[in-house]
Amino acid sequence: MNISLRLNGKPVTAEVEARTLLVELLRDRLGLTGTHVGCDTSQCGACVVHVDGRSVKSCTMFAAEVDGREVTSIEGLAAGDGALHPMQAAFHEQHALQCGFCTPGMVMSAVELVARRPGATEAEIRAWLEGNFCRCTGYHNIVKAVQAAARVPAQPAGRSS
Amino acid sequence: MTTDGIGAAVLRKEDRRLLLGAGRYTDDIQRPNQTYLHIVRSPHAHARIRAIRAESARAAPGVLAVLTGADLAAEKIGNLPTGWLIHSKDGSPMVEPPHPALAVEKVRHVGDQVAVVVAETRDQAREAAALLEIDYEELPAAGTIGKAIAPGAPLVWEQAKGNTCFDWHIGDPAAVKAAFAKAHQVVKLDLVNNRIIPNAIEPRAAIGEYDRATGDYTLHTTSQNPHLTRLLLGAFSFQVPEHKLRVVAPDVGGGFGSKIHHYAEEVLVLWAARKVGRPVKWTAQRSESFMSDAHGRDHLAHAELAVDAEGHFLGLHVKETVNLGAYLSTFGTVVPTYLHGILFAGPYKTPAIYVEVRAVFTHTVPVDAVRGAGRPEATYVLERLADLAARELSIDPVEVRRRNFIDKFPYQTPVALQYDSGDYFASLDAALDKARWATFGERRAEARRRGKLRGIGLSTYLEACGIAPSAVVGSLGARAGLYESASVRVDPTGTVTVFTGTHSHGQGHETTFAQIVAERLGIPLDKVEVVHGDTARIPFGMGTYGSRSLAVGGSAIAQAVDKIVAKGRKIAAHLLEAGEGDVEFKDGKYTVVGTDRAKSFGEVAFTAYVPHNYPAGLEPGLEENAFYDPKNFTFPAGCHVCEVEIDPETGVVQVVGFTAVDDVGTVINPVIVDGQIHGGVAHGIGQALFEHALYDDETGQLLSGSYLSYTMPRALDVPSYGVSTTFTPCTHNPLGAKGVGEVGSIGAPPAVINAIVDALAHLGVRHVDMPATPERVWRAIRDASKG
Repeated sequence: MNISLRLNGKPVTAEVEARTLLVELLRDRLGLTGTHVGCDTSQCGACVVHVDGRSVKSCTMFAAEVDGREVTSIEGLAAGDGALHPMQAAFHEQHALQCGFCTPGMVMSAVELVARRPGATEAEIRAWLEGNFCRCTGYHNIVKAVQAAARVPAQPAGRSS
Repeated sequence: MTTDGIGAAVLRKEDRRLLLGAGRYTDDIQRPNQTYLHIVRSPHAHARIRAIRAESARAAPGVLAVLTGADLAAEKIGNLPTGWLIHSKDGSPMVEPPHPALAVEKVRHVGDQVAVVVAETRDQAREAAALLEIDYEELPAAGTIGKAIAPGAPLVWEQAKGNTCFDWHIGDPAAVKAAFAKAHQVVKLDLVNNRIIPNAIEPRAAIGEYDRATGDYTLHTTSQNPHLTRLLLGAFSFQVPEHKLRVVAPDVGGGFGSKIHHYAEEVLVLWAARKVGRPVKWTAQRSESFMSDAHGRDHLAHAELAVDAEGHFLGLHVKETVNLGAYLSTFGTVVPTYLHGILFAGPYKTPAIYVEVRAVFTHTVPVDAVRGAGRPEATYVLERLADLAARELSIDPVEVRRRNFIDKFPYQTPVALQYDSGDYFASLDAALDKARWATFGERRAEARRRGKLRGIGLSTYLEACGIAPSAVVGSLGARAGLYESASVRVDPTGTVTVFTGTHSHGQGHETTFAQIVAERLGIPLDKVEVVHGDTARIPFGMGTYGSRSLAVGGSAIAQAVDKIVAKGRKIAAHLLEAGEGDVEFKDGKYTVVGTDRAKSFGEVAFTAYVPHNYPAGLEPGLEENAFYDPKNFTFPAGCHVCEVEIDPETGVVQVVGFTAVDDVGTVINPVIVDGQIHGGVAHGIGQALFEHALYDDETGQLLSGSYLSYTMPRALDVPSYGVSTTFTPCTHNPLGAKGVGEVGSIGAPPAVINAIVDALAHLGVRHVDMPATPERVWRAIRDASKG
């Protein structure tokens, strides 16, 4: 079937099978490999992207479901001039990434949290991130980064279209 | 003068690409005309393969090849080797069974590779694999150590009687016997060190390519040590000259030990690529990772500690049975022996130690290194015993440790190691202070009012890392050297490229190693680039594991930079018309001592490549190699303090405080060091509370084979950590660095369990096994209250 969506601010059309997952569309068909796959049971959260501003696990959504919708992946988060999004900058400044594999999903989840609850407490941040595994950081600096980003004036995710 | 050299908390150079989603992990790489490989794995722990019927699979859409163990044998693809020969007490060598990349005749664990399907797409390969008809004759299995050592147990290998691979020992049994004879008391404990799965978040992946015109093989793989993989592929799997093989480990999404080893899939993609004449990619699904990544730990220990009335340790006897799995993984045999038995002195002056380790085969995934590798298992035994001794003698657990700490260096232990430096009192005192140990009683009382049981526990661990002196490990059975390499290339414009044999997969080498060079050359950090992971670019190196990269690899870089500085001095002296001995190098400048006549490092570099006015007889260029072979292990040590609250109604344990004070030697980048400790501590809390690779005794089925049943620590399961460092330098490497990657997973588990036991001791609970799940803790409370 043929689908049309806005991806990282640009119109995209693609021919997909009914069974094609959103993450497969992004990684295999469109070459956006910043979205990662870390499990096959929707637990790890490495594949989180935004669909209409809400974070979703792209391994759990069919590509066909994003027809007519707005999708933002990690590649669409930074500004067009290459400046990091405040959440990406906070992850850098707080050393909230090590191997970097969980990072795109972690950042996308955190961006939605800060958008929805700018004053989130440490406990709320930890609870929100329960769907994102990180094996490297012990979560300590990730929590600090989200707290730091929450103090920066909120900006909408994604490039302006 | 550089401000971002050694000790500076600079932010990481590698972050930007990873944050933008522009990292390049193995599965991100698409090779032209690439095909996909799917592995058919055994659903049985032990079975004879009667027949494989592949006609329907071969005829399925898109299928290019179906290959089995028979094809592998027919083409004489070599077996996977193991890297360390262990001898038993009686001098006999370990049983070393074959480990083919695809099972031949028999499968020996759930997940054992049986056949591969190569197809145009991932889906086609997977669908065709389902059409493969494999006729298994199921055989009885031994899924656990207990089952494997029971009389009449099914044998994993006919040649391994009683399923024993080796029965190793270290130490002095006579001295231990004598110590026990004069003991005031003997503290005894049976311990399980639970089997865990490393679970790097990036699943393993590999892409094989073969060039028919040149005979060159290229492998992209999720590896912690690409050169070792290349060596083993060339020498064992394909018997081709090593220079015909290139192994690239690009961005790797965490390793934790699991990506050290040389795996069957690395052979299979290259072999398949040669067969189909196109690139072949395999990427593990997580369910495959659970049954094919090497697991870790899995020890059963009986330990006895002889003490005098004041709590001084007189003698230690540890008798263990450890699980190696069905095959010997690359470093499977050294982990429970020379990375384990030699750690039983810990930071203590115990004068007599004897350790016995019987290693057995089971019908399970091979067991090998996971973060800490042998040292967490030893530390857990030792730190539980130290706490129990304190409790049984009614001495404060802190005081027991103080009474036994080693306080003079160098110190020769009774189990082979010689410690060069340390100050265990300093890290203990700092940790107690930071953790507010003295006022814990108030917090316990406050928790009690809320109906919670609060406990505090510590561990004062010591570990040995920075592996390792090649001659020493060679004499102990290692089949490799454990030096590290570096090549430092100064460009004509004065920028520097460092080629290292280590591999960074989260540790931040691209930043830390650049800081070492920036410091030594007095140039800004952004003028230094670190290259790793591609055997076509880097010198032969041994890779990253055992917290060795800074202590060994960083020392190689320091050594290479020193050679650069020395050669630059000759050039500078010539330009300055001064004697070499009169020229000093400082802050990026060569200066004639006592004058203001100077040449910058950049000018000297330019002269080396444009040698118009140049010392006679000196080679042009400014590039140096170094191989650094460590003189000893390094010995990080420290004190971890854990505070827990337990809900007595549910048995749920919450870690409410964790303090880690570690002496890791010289700290190059404190932000990166703290991050390593955070991650290691979370790993240790994971083992202590949540993680368990649980096999069924009889069927050998992995019962915790997905994230639905294997509990990974999540953000809400762990606290924020209080982390700091104390400092004594490593005395035998040029950086004074000891290593930090594993201290968290070594120090944390006993601190957590000691805290849990402390919370429950007043009920009569003496021990709780890891993982201390709500059920286990609840049962411990209930059983204790039954009296």
